[in-house]
Amino acid sequence: MPSAARDIIVSNKLGLHARPAMQFVDVANQFTSSVMVKKGGEEPAEADGKSVMQMIILAATEGTPLRIEAEGADADAAVEKLAELFEKKFGEED
Amino acid sequence: MEIKKGIGVSPGVVISTAVVLDAEDLVIPKRQVEAGQVQHEIERLGKAAAKAVVDLTRLRDNVTTQHGKEIGGIFNFHLGLLSDPTLQNQIVNEIKNSKSTAEYAVSVVMRHYANKFLAMTNTYLSERVKDIHDIEKSVLRNLIGQKHQDLAHLTQDVVVIAHDLLPSQTAALDRTHVKGFATDVGGRTSHTAIVARAMGIPAVVGLGNITGEVSGGDTVIIDGSRGVVIVNPDEEQRVEHLEAERKLVRLEKDLASLAGLPAQTKDGYTLSVQANIEFAEDIDDALRHGAEGIGLYRTEFLYLASETEPTEEDHYHAYAEAVRRLDGRPLVIRTLDLGADKYTQAKAANPERNPFLGDRSIRMCLHDIPMFKRQLRAIMRASVLGDVRIMFPMICTLMELRQAKMILNDVLEELEDEGVAFRRDIPIGMMVEVPSAALMANQFAKEVNFFSIGTNDLIQYTLAVDRTNEKVAGLFCPAHPAVLALIRDVIRSGARNSISVSVCGEMAGDPLYTLLLLGLGLTIFSMNGPDLPEVKKIIRSTTMEHARHVARRVMSFDSERQVMHFLREETRKIIPEAF
Repeated sequence: MPSAARDIIVSNKLGLHARPAMQFVDVANQFTSSVMVKKGGEEPAEADGKSVMQMIILAATEGTPLRIEAEGADADAAVEKLAELFEKKFGEED
Repeated sequence: MEIKKGIGVSPGVVISTAVVLDAEDLVIPKRQVEAGQVQHEIERLGKAAAKAVVDLTRLRDNVTTQHGKEIGGIFNFHLGLLSDPTLQNQIVNEIKNSKSTAEYAVSVVMRHYANKFLAMTNTYLSERVKDIHDIEKSVLRNLIGQKHQDLAHLTQDVVVIAHDLLPSQTAALDRTHVKGFATDVGGRTSHTAIVARAMGIPAVVGLGNITGEVSGGDTVIIDGSRGVVIVNPDEEQRVEHLEAERKLVRLEKDLASLAGLPAQTKDGYTLSVQANIEFAEDIDDALRHGAEGIGLYRTEFLYLASETEPTEEDHYHAYAEAVRRLDGRPLVIRTLDLGADKYTQAKAANPERNPFLGDRSIRMCLHDIPMFKRQLRAIMRASVLGDVRIMFPMICTLMELRQAKMILNDVLEELEDEGVAFRRDIPIGMMVEVPSAALMANQFAKEVNFFSIGTNDLIQYTLAVDRTNEKVAGLFCPAHPAVLALIRDVIRSGARNSISVSVCGEMAGDPLYTLLLLGLGLTIFSMNGPDLPEVKKIIRSTTMEHARHVARRVMSFDSERQVMHFLREETRKIIPEAF
């Protein structure tokens, strides 16, 4: 099965709070691939990218390194789109 | 098997299957379900979550229209959580693994997440624990609501176990299948007790944590006479309690034979014994117990039984039905007496800090005149069908009484203009249930046709005791000399001004106080139907001369203990089996 991954850093000031988490899950749900988000650092954790509860429980604050992994037919496109959300800071700043 | 001791507030014994009602604002206790029930619990969860999504979507759309997308968007997160498949699976697994109710599984899983949020160092994120509590509540509310719905459509006999029954819950109960109540909290005059006595089913309250110890489907004995609840009884206890039940049925039959006889003392004084009701359907049972009329029709239940405020027609139909069943006997309709209860407080936009001293009862009606008028119009329209009387509750000042009467006059004028028939000289009365009204009874008596003493509230306001607070409920006592002095003065003022006086509180139906009230000159006793035969038996077994002697002695005492001791002795002389 095709898979894809990308490392990103949370760069919006408020971190992955309720609204961005919802946005992330909404986008993840547009793809058939499964999506996992892994958090490294002192308290490693991982979340199902299609579960808003797990995403928010990651407590990914500004500066947290995350790894987005997708597995499935549209894995590449999924990772691309999801990483873009972080790059655009979920539309929260400038 | 487990025996729990509480306060027996409605006599009788019943053995039946338990239904446990949870309260959404309390910790949900763990309750097991049978393996075969697991699937059912999962389906209940699905339905409750779906209902919560519908409710929340509606709320979001309303908020979005009123306050814009930004604010409405807050609910998207809630909706996202509610439809989170991982979260749902976790709850389903919890039901399967621990074989618990859906309510319990929801509270376990959500508590787990709430703790994770609380452990976060980022305050912006940890604040979100409120959202977790919010959606937990909305799912629980729907789950618990399902149970309430189920209680309205029962197919077999059950006993209801609850933390405390709310008026809104009892109003929707299927009365033919509910055979008993047992609650964690409450006292002799709590709502649960009043409803149980009106329904003539056993009830035990103040059991502590009965909701945590009984699971739905358990067999439970509720012995309201002895104040005992037995969970999953053994064979011996079953037999013993069934025997006790049979004995009570026999006693009840003996008393019912009194129903057709007048409430007359041995020396020829005739009193009137009447019943308090909540629904027109209660009337048949009250008449069977010997009621000569309805001294108190509590109309609150019209409001509590449905989601929306009753229309004038709803009122009219209920009153017309009551009049029809009474066949010419008097019917005292008390206008809306809501406010200081959990139900209205929970619904209020700004819950009051001190609702018993707040916007309740007649005060609430005077603040919402259109609502008040709807009820008054219906009462007046029903007034031509039989002997209808109208009574205002919670009157504290003359101004309130005059205002209420003025609004009634407005209604009469409106009806007259519309050509609708009504009885112009309808008797107008008031409840005397606050000390200010009792102390000014002489002035009030000149402006009404009758008094009805509401002892429950009169005691609460005179002694400053909340009878639903277990810590102080013991101080709630009708025998307190201050309460008795107020009652005596109200009865005297009534007699001096030639208006009738009744007592419609719990005291009227307590055989302990029958001799005293009789001796104080009370002429109308209004109580719950099942209490009628015993009170009548006491009236028929004594003389007015003796009752007056008892009252004189009682009024010379200075403590409630002396009063109760003396009354118990005197009553026992008349009916030894009473206590």
